[in-house]
Amino acid sequence: MKDLTLGTLIAVWEEMFGRGIFWAMVAVAAVITALYLYVLIRDRQMSMRKFLLAQLSMPVGAVAAVGFVLAVTSSHLSDMGGPIDVIMLMGIAAAGAMGFAILVYVAQSLVRGKQD
Amino acid sequence: MSALTGLAATRRGFLGLAAGSAALAATGGRAQAQRVRTSARIAILGAGAGGTAIANRLANRLEGATITIIDGRQQHWYQPGFTLIAAGLKSASYSVSQTADWLPEGVEWIPEYAAALDPVSSRITTTGGRVVDYDYLIVATGLSLDWDAIEGFSLDMVGQNGLSAHYAGPEYAELSWRALDRFTDTGGVGLFGRPATEMKCAGAPLKITFLAEDIANRKGTRASTQIIYNAHAQSLFGVPIVHHRVRQLFDERGIEKRYDHVLKAVDMQRRVATYATPTGDVQTEYDFLNVIPPQRAPQVIRDTDLGWADRWQDQGWIEVDRETLRHIRYPNIFGIGDINGVPKGKTAASVKWHQPVVEDHLVSEIQGREGTERFNGYTSCPMITRIGRAMLIEFDYNDNLTPSFPGIIAPLEELWISWLMKEVALKPTYNAMLRGLA
Repeated sequence: MKDLTLGTLIAVWEEMFGRGIFWAMVAVAAVITALYLYVLIRDRQMSMRKFLLAQLSMPVGAVAAVGFVLAVTSSHLSDMGGPIDVIMLMGIAAAGAMGFAILVYVAQSLVRGKQD
Repeated sequence: MSALTGLAATRRGFLGLAAGSAALAATGGRAQAQRVRTSARIAILGAGAGGTAIANRLANRLEGATITIIDGRQQHWYQPGFTLIAAGLKSASYSVSQTADWLPEGVEWIPEYAAALDPVSSRITTTGGRVVDYDYLIVATGLSLDWDAIEGFSLDMVGQNGLSAHYAGPEYAELSWRALDRFTDTGGVGLFGRPATEMKCAGAPLKITFLAEDIANRKGTRASTQIIYNAHAQSLFGVPIVHHRVRQLFDERGIEKRYDHVLKAVDMQRRVATYATPTGDVQTEYDFLNVIPPQRAPQVIRDTDLGWADRWQDQGWIEVDRETLRHIRYPNIFGIGDINGVPKGKTAASVKWHQPVVEDHLVSEIQGREGTERFNGYTSCPMITRIGRAMLIEFDYNDNLTPSFPGIIAPLEELWISWLMKEVALKPTYNAMLRGLA
């Protein structure tokens, strides 16, 4: 690929999802991240109770992310052909797991308020 | 705890940094080269992938230029999607958008075809009688599919009686899927192949062959299905190392190969295909036939003297320098895409690499200096080998493999990540290219 710059990548992502949806997704991710930082700062600590539930929800996020990607690309786990495929799959799973865990943590913190 | 307290103290600073980073990310990579003032009249023949992309680039780059793009086709076709449509993975609408949607402001689109081109007087006359005089011309007409060269063939029959012709357009690709779907339901003899002329996406005939085999496998009819690939020469692909890899995969999957077989005629009722071979014509009965016809420069180009005098005389590709893409005898004419008479690169990926070269040389010419960009023959072919896997094959004029991700994505390995790129990333990249952004 020629000239793989950040600008190119953003242009490609805009085309992939549509400009509105892409930036809405970026905004949602930014808001959740900001909320995560907000609750950390507000509570002055990480609640291990909330973190436990967030961790327990990670497999759900991982499976959902992998399932989504496989479904939209007409593929199956049996299509994995080499190490890079497994790394890619694990990356997708990890992203889904972390994203969902942060979401669960933030949701608990906002709904339940500060707890130990 | 203390770290978090510290963070709280600089909360505003942190958010400011985050916002600044996001703003930088959004704008940083898109810095444009300085706009160039000119009163040049630039004509672009063809509003396909090459013409549309260069129109957007030049509209961004030049100030005061008169840019006119000439193409009678209202629809824009994303041609790399045709194989996916013909394999039942996408509908026809996947490849269809409107030409007007991609053209920038400040560029005049004449929705007519060119009827005549006179490179000596630098003048184009359209089918509607409009005359366009230009200082610079970019030929991006694409190519013509010569269906009439296959005796007995008619596009009206595509989708019926086992006839497939997915090169003809999105609707025909969808009809072709119906034929392939029926064939793989029941089994029989399937014939595939490619023409003897230069062609766009020389990997496409191989992809549809692989996919047919895979679909028959999935439906459980592979045992009663014979798949025959007819190569026009002594190899399956122009790049030797790729030929050997495809041959190996064909052997593993029981796909039969016939070399030096060029489709010349078809009896659509009796379902008999006739191939020209070095030892005479060969007739083969079929249950499914994928037809890809000979390909040539459009007639309006072949009516000029833009083509090479000593090669491709029957095809008419224009005589451009293979590195600068500038016409050798008419220095105010450049070529982009399929129309170029260069040894490699009738793909959308090549179109993408043609863009910065032609932009550089044209803008440099306007500025009175020499351009420096060079095209090395880069072509890319995500060679689908089954639903869910592909080989990301990239190569240049010298038949060297030129992987974009060396050491990470192996070009001759069947990988899911290469399939992901074809399925997910290719069309957005193509669309970004149309807008002049990639």
